Amino acid sequence: MTSPLLEVENLCVEFSDDQGSVRAVDRVSFQIRPGQTLGIVGESGCGKSVTSLALMGLLPQPAGRVVSGSVRLAGTELTRLPEKRLRHIRGAELSMIFQEPLTALNPVYTIGAQMIAVLRRHEQLSRRAARDRAVDMLRRVGIPLPEKRIDEYPHELSGGMRQRAMIAMALSCRPKLLIADEPTTALDVTTQAQVLEQIVALQQELGTAVILITHDLGVVAETCDSALVMYCGQVVEQAPVAALFDSPRHRYTQALIEAIPRIRPQRPDRLPVIPGTVPDLAELPQGCRFAPRCAHADDLCRQRQPALEQMGRSHAACFHPAGNQREPS
Amino acid sequence: MTAAMLEVHDLRKHFPVRGGLLRRSNEVLRAVDGVSFEVGRAKTFGLVGESGCGKSTLGRSILRLIEPTSGRVILDNTEITGLDATALKRQRKHMQMIFQDPYASLSPRRTVGQTLDEPLALHHPGDATERKRRVLELLDIVGLGATARHRYPHEFSGGQRQRIGIARALAVEPKLIIADEAVSALDVSVQSQVLNLLADLQAGLGLSFVFISHDLAVVQHVSHFVGVMYLGKLVETAPVDRIYSLPAHPYTRALLDAVPVATPGDRGKRLVLQGDVPSPLRPPAGCPFHPRCPEAMPVCARRIPRTIDLGQDGQPHRVACHLHDPEIDQ
Repeated sequence: MTSPLLEVENLCVEFSDDQGSVRAVDRVSFQIRPGQTLGIVGESGCGKSVTSLALMGLLPQPAGRVVSGSVRLAGTELTRLPEKRLRHIRGAELSMIFQEPLTALNPVYTIGAQMIAVLRRHEQLSRRAARDRAVDMLRRVGIPLPEKRIDEYPHELSGGMRQRAMIAMALSCRPKLLIADEPTTALDVTTQAQVLEQIVALQQELGTAVILITHDLGVVAETCDSALVMYCGQVVEQAPVAALFDSPRHRYTQALIEAIPRIRPQRPDRLPVIPGTVPDLAELPQGCRFAPRCAHADDLCRQRQPALEQMGRSHAACFHPAGNQREPS
Repeated sequence: MTAAMLEVHDLRKHFPVRGGLLRRSNEVLRAVDGVSFEVGRAKTFGLVGESGCGKSTLGRSILRLIEPTSGRVILDNTEITGLDATALKRQRKHMQMIFQDPYASLSPRRTVGQTLDEPLALHHPGDATERKRRVLELLDIVGLGATARHRYPHEFSGGQRQRIGIARALAVEPKLIIADEAVSALDVSVQSQVLNLLADLQAGLGLSFVFISHDLAVVQHVSHFVGVMYLGKLVETAPVDRIYSLPAHPYTRALLDAVPVATPGDRGKRLVLQGDVPSPLRPPAGCPFHPRCPEAMPVCARRIPRTIDLGQDGQPHRVACHLHDPEIDQ
């Protein structure tokens, strides 16, 4: 087994203002190996995007900061790296794409100018060579007529094409790790299918590891090797995708999978629901954070926080997990 | 007296677009281009399609929130198109709309009680005690407590705000509600709560819905009848079970195929559509879907397909595709 490319250990992120501070990410740990795809799923406010921004060293300043824990990329500790060195790593070894490419792309420069700037900075290529590489990347992400499109501005491209250009830019320096935060959420289903296929194909070709952040369990099932499920800043379950969908352990994962509206031959009269709403991070329950919404919660759950434990092929933090017995590891 | 709550006949909404040198070129964007369908009493018509297909414009044209260019809309035997402003205002209480982002459609300066009271005062200027009773009743129907009356929209979560939007739509006792991406901004766990609420309201109050969404799984769950829209036209309409089990139009099949399946290992078998939706300013000649269609024939680039009814047992299943036209030689 290859050694991990990225190791995240007990990562804690807090946001503070004059009202006090809230912990948006609480003791998150995971690893990812080269070429692997890891999904991070959860509902709004669960900490999935904050986790990715912390990995990139892009937490909004000065409100957000990593209070403890470590992030190691190929052995290099990132959390204490000076901004100058981090800037060198971002783009070259670690790259990110966002939900709305129009806000991530600079509207006053052409797609090509932005790609060439990145390539020249990180790879010291000549202008000519950088342009050739940029055209090649645009072609690989499925943009028709890349020699022409490279000289267009972001607003001239459709949503799907912009997201492809973003992917081309993010992968142009062949990073070891790509973080994709809801990359297809703003796209139509037919375009989403194209873009996801493109990410998977390029990843296989270039051997890039991918962290895919999404609220859509269907996207996770189709593209990821393994997944983390987050709730209120904590990892509640981590498992290979097959295990996650076949036998979810945490009661939240189980309820979430049941609640997905999916196309089925027989329509149920009522959709299964999770009662209540996600609690405010400033007013978290004392025990398991899912307990107030959980049908299986008892006094133990309301008083103590469960720790992540191995259950079969999964790890879950639940006192009353689904699936009858805890298999030995 | 017909059975349908809503009838839409050949509705069109064309927007003039000025552009080019000195704004002299006059193009026409056919956002809604000859759409016809019916919605039964206490039934839901699901309207699906990709962004820019005209589904939201269609919803707004039905309510005359934007004025349709031509065509007829009949709500419960009253023709809405052609009503003068006063008469239209009187009919508005029978048809309401729920929007995607409830936060943007609620006034931040008004308490929920004030927001709900406004349509009541407008359409039923009764006494204040009666209106207050009705506000409390509405909050109860949508599952918000009486205390919500004194609170402001920012104090609520996304799902609760959508309940406020629903309560406001119900305030005037409508017959028809047009829900435009009403649950799209909500998290999965909250989305199903709101969908169940809409189902309860339909059963309890006999409401008809036009449910506009890009999410095919949600549409399958809520609809009795489904219409698929592409570049301003309905390309297929059928009862929900039929369209999901036997989709006839290649575009419907591609849409269904593109939905991510929450079952690992099912990937890699699908038909992925190539290209993007063309600009509705210059739709392709012939069938508007032909440049992306995996089954396109030479005739598709030349002739606009007519609508064929494949329905059985009195249940219409209309599809606008040459593949199903017996007069087209394949």
